Amino acid sequence: MEAIKLEEVQKYINQFTNQPVYVHLETTNGAYASHFNENAYNVGAYIRNAQLTYKQGKIVEHEGSYRVGLKHDIGWIYAEGLTDFEFTDSQQLLLAGHDREGRLMVALEISPEPFSY
Amino acid sequence: MNFEDHNHVVVIYPHPDDESFGAAGTISKFREAGVPVTYLCGTLGEMGRNMGSPFFANRETLPEIRKQELQDACKVLDMNLEMLGYRDKTIEFEPRNEMAERFKKYIEELEATLVITFYPGYAVHPDHNAMGAAAFEAVRRIDSEKRPALWATAFSNDRDEKLGKPNVVIDLIDSFDKKLDAIKAHRSQAEGMLSQLLANSEADDEYEAAMERFRYEGFYEVNVDDVQY
Repeated sequence: MEAIKLEEVQKYINQFTNQPVYVHLETTNGAYASHFNENAYNVGAYIRNAQLTYKQGKIVEHEGSYRVGLKHDIGWIYAEGLTDFEFTDSQQLLLAGHDREGRLMVALEISPEPFSY
Repeated sequence: MNFEDHNHVVVIYPHPDDESFGAAGTISKFREAGVPVTYLCGTLGEMGRNMGSPFFANRETLPEIRKQELQDACKVLDMNLEMLGYRDKTIEFEPRNEMAERFKKYIEELEATLVITFYPGYAVHPDHNAMGAAAFEAVRRIDSEKRPALWATAFSNDRDEKLGKPNVVIDLIDSFDKKLDAIKAHRSQAEGMLSQLLANSEADDEYEAAMERFRYEGFYEVNVDDVQY
């Protein structure tokens, strides 16, 4: 992955509009947050291979990280804190936000085919 | 500890690297004594958030990378590997009975005399606790005269208070190389952690810093009839 280039990512987001896509959306602060800090909470969620068709999508920069919103007929997909991207050989747009140690905090991925299991 | 008294050791943990952080030194001592060891590894750690430091993996490449790392670590430790194909973070949602029966079959076919797993309720990560519970259940279902010994890894913050100190402690002072090599095979997971260990330590190098943290492997030898899980 490399640092997000807004215009390039916007181009990929546009490319997927109005066609059925599969989405992986995730956020996590790890399974050990409250183990290492009793005042912290373990929070995480992921959805893998949600199938939908979005009709508009936009990436917005804010102080060095990015937010993405995808609007579909009956709702939205939203992610905040994205920093890095990759467009793979299998036409998947991978977006992720990493902390200073390189650990994944948030991911939003869009693919024309289902992600592997 | 007479390692050579055992016939076969089965290690049951959910993630690639659990075996290296939790039991690599113990495993290598069994191998040195000529005892075969088989690792039943639950998942490929597909949902791990460590991507290398600096990161070189992403959510989609991580499973294959961790699979290779796992195979490399098992080569370092000279142990057999069975990958069970569950998915990271989902073990607790799988039917415990089915998992226990599956583990039991391996334990019986391999004629294991020792099972090493996580102590359910005291192993912090939900996958650890669920995998340990299924492994405890597998052992419980074996007739008591044929039952293997059961050693459990526990590291929750309330461990000492609730369980006391581990009653099996393996000192790796004279055989730490294998442990460190096994940990380092898990490059995507270990690199950042090892450099942080060194940064936060007064040790001169990575080996010493890792030794400070990982010199002892502790287990609770459990009679499965005596515990709730």
